[in-house]
Amino acid sequence: MRLLIVEDDRDAAEYIVRAFREVGHVADHAADGEEGLAMAMDDSYDVLIIDRMLPKRDGLSLIGELRAKGIETPVLILSALGQVDDRVKGLRAGGDDYLPKPYSFSELLARVDALGRRRGGRTEETVYRVGDLELDRLSHTVRRGAEKIDLQPREFRLLEYLMKHAGQVVTRTMLLENVWDYHFDPQTNVIDVHISRLRSKIDKGHAQPLLHTVRGAGYMVRDGAR
Amino acid sequence: MTALGKLFRTTAFKLTLVYLVVFALFAAFLLGFFAWNTRRLVNEQIVESVDAEITGLITQYEVGGIRRLVIIIDTRARRPGSNLYLIATNAGETLAGNVGGLPPGLLQRTGWIETGYRRLDETEGAEHRALVRVFQLPSGFRMLVGRDLEERDRLYGVVIAAGRWSAAIVVILGLTGGFFVARRVLRRVDAMTETAQTIMGGDLSGRLPVAGSGDELDRLAVNLNAMLERIEALMHGLKEVSDNIAHDLKTPLTRLRNRCEEALRTGRTEADYRRALESTIDESESLIRTFNALLMIARAESGQAREDMTDFDASEVARGVGELYEPLAEEKGLVLEVEAVAPAPVRGNRELVSQALANLVDNAIKYAAPAVSADDASRHIVVKAEGEGDRVLLTVGDHGPGIPESMRRRVIERFVRLEQSRSVPGSGLGLSLVSAVAHLHGGELRLEDNKPGLRAIIALPHGGPQRAG
Repeated sequence: MRLLIVEDDRDAAEYIVRAFREVGHVADHAADGEEGLAMAMDDSYDVLIIDRMLPKRDGLSLIGELRAKGIETPVLILSALGQVDDRVKGLRAGGDDYLPKPYSFSELLARVDALGRRRGGRTEETVYRVGDLELDRLSHTVRRGAEKIDLQPREFRLLEYLMKHAGQVVTRTMLLENVWDYHFDPQTNVIDVHISRLRSKIDKGHAQPLLHTVRGAGYMVRDGAR
Repeated sequence: MTALGKLFRTTAFKLTLVYLVVFALFAAFLLGFFAWNTRRLVNEQIVESVDAEITGLITQYEVGGIRRLVIIIDTRARRPGSNLYLIATNAGETLAGNVGGLPPGLLQRTGWIETGYRRLDETEGAEHRALVRVFQLPSGFRMLVGRDLEERDRLYGVVIAAGRWSAAIVVILGLTGGFFVARRVLRRVDAMTETAQTIMGGDLSGRLPVAGSGDELDRLAVNLNAMLERIEALMHGLKEVSDNIAHDLKTPLTRLRNRCEEALRTGRTEADYRRALESTIDESESLIRTFNALLMIARAESGQAREDMTDFDASEVARGVGELYEPLAEEKGLVLEVEAVAPAPVRGNRELVSQALANLVDNAIKYAAPAVSADDASRHIVVKAEGEGDRVLLTVGDHGPGIPESMRRRVIERFVRLEQSRSVPGSGLGLSLVSAVAHLHGGELRLEDNKPGLRAIIALPHGGPQRAG
């Protein structure tokens, strides 16, 4: 993926750029809002990572300008203002995701992957398949091989989200935000228990597990056989 | 002189001056009215008696002619303290009377005239004043009858003198009174100012003096003292919070640093370093959480999150949070029940209310889990949403150890944790946030005895379905 990082803190920007390159992405850097706008205008990036507060042109105004010019590149907003209403403002301004500082790189990477993949367009599919696991979004049924699996509505949405991002790391906060629509941080890791319930339903009794825990990052649904 | 200047500038003194002027004007008006009326009354009396006399004299004249009139006037004019009389020819030649030295031409005018005159019986006579009436007799003779005005003027003079004296007394008494009142007020204000200055100097325990007379200055002092009381309590709270923040943030920071130092000093293998780095990340993670929670509380307390208010159903929030925590409760051997069927409309920040309820449920699971006994009832945690009067109550009841009554107020404060809960992980900020969120919505957090266990209630104002978002 080609990424543009618009961030005025040079140390932070260098670190992110290096980390993205290490995992195989192409990452460019712009140090202020005007430079970021000029670089993003040629529409050659898959995801833009934009700091909320930038010199010369504010992050939100930069996004607004891009959207006004018809450039629909997914944008992830980074902000030190981690409050609920700031997030809402960011998304309203045309951002696609919002990550409060300080963040972990694994969280940023997972979200950027999710945004970039969205552009690839798996959303249109009505049936998600990973290995012998099959989720039908229209009939709300899940099968593993020939066996039908009964899921609670929330478990279904959890699996749906994981399968939509199959092969990608999905973090706990991403699950909390996208499956539960909560943007706060529960003190105890409630998501883990939901995952282990789901895992017992889809992986139990199968030699090949599909729902994997990625240490220090989150979870991933992946066909381990391939 | 500056002290005196200060005195003259006081409101009390200025007020006294204003009152003084108003009062003096009023007194002057009163005295003036009195003087004018007296004068008018005396004039009327003179006019009446003079008119009566003229009528009498004319009768005499009609009976006995000018000769008789002259005789009568001559007789009357000689009586002591008599009226003023004069009979003259048309040419101005005096025939009889006790008046001399009239202003020239006076006799040519008729009617009422106030004039100066000299008495005949006083050789070196000074000028007197009189009110006279000049009357032309049919034969061309002129008759003047009048009265000396000395009496009237003396009365008038007495009134004027009284006016002057009373004016002087009013001014002197007023000024002295004003001076003393101002000085008294100034003394009390000075005392207040002095106290205020020591308070500004940093001594928050100072209180303004109250005289005990219950006057407006006392009321002011009492109210200011109440305000100081509140400020002192707030400052105390703030100090406690900053002490707590210092402690609760510095402790993990120290741990963090120690761990890094230790790894640098004793680390041999890559695995050692990795372990140290991982624990560093964990530690900073929890620091960030504490920090975020603090910011969130501050934000809720300052009312900034008020912009994001929408109408939502508290029952739905209860069901959502219940569903989120149910597997965790089950894993800990607990049963989480949600009783939220009827809609419970609330206007507010759904996200914050969800988080507040999540904090309560999280606490209930955390503290009730170790207390689970064979008794089946102790396993139950009940999350409820219900309307009660004009409130919507979000209740979380557990059968854990509960919170002793004496501590229920304390635990809401930041970083305050019960001694026995030190072993359970937590920041001591959970209930502070819940309370701040409740207050933000115009509600409150109630902690009650669940017999046994704790019942935590977020009481929010009822939103009402008719209200538009």
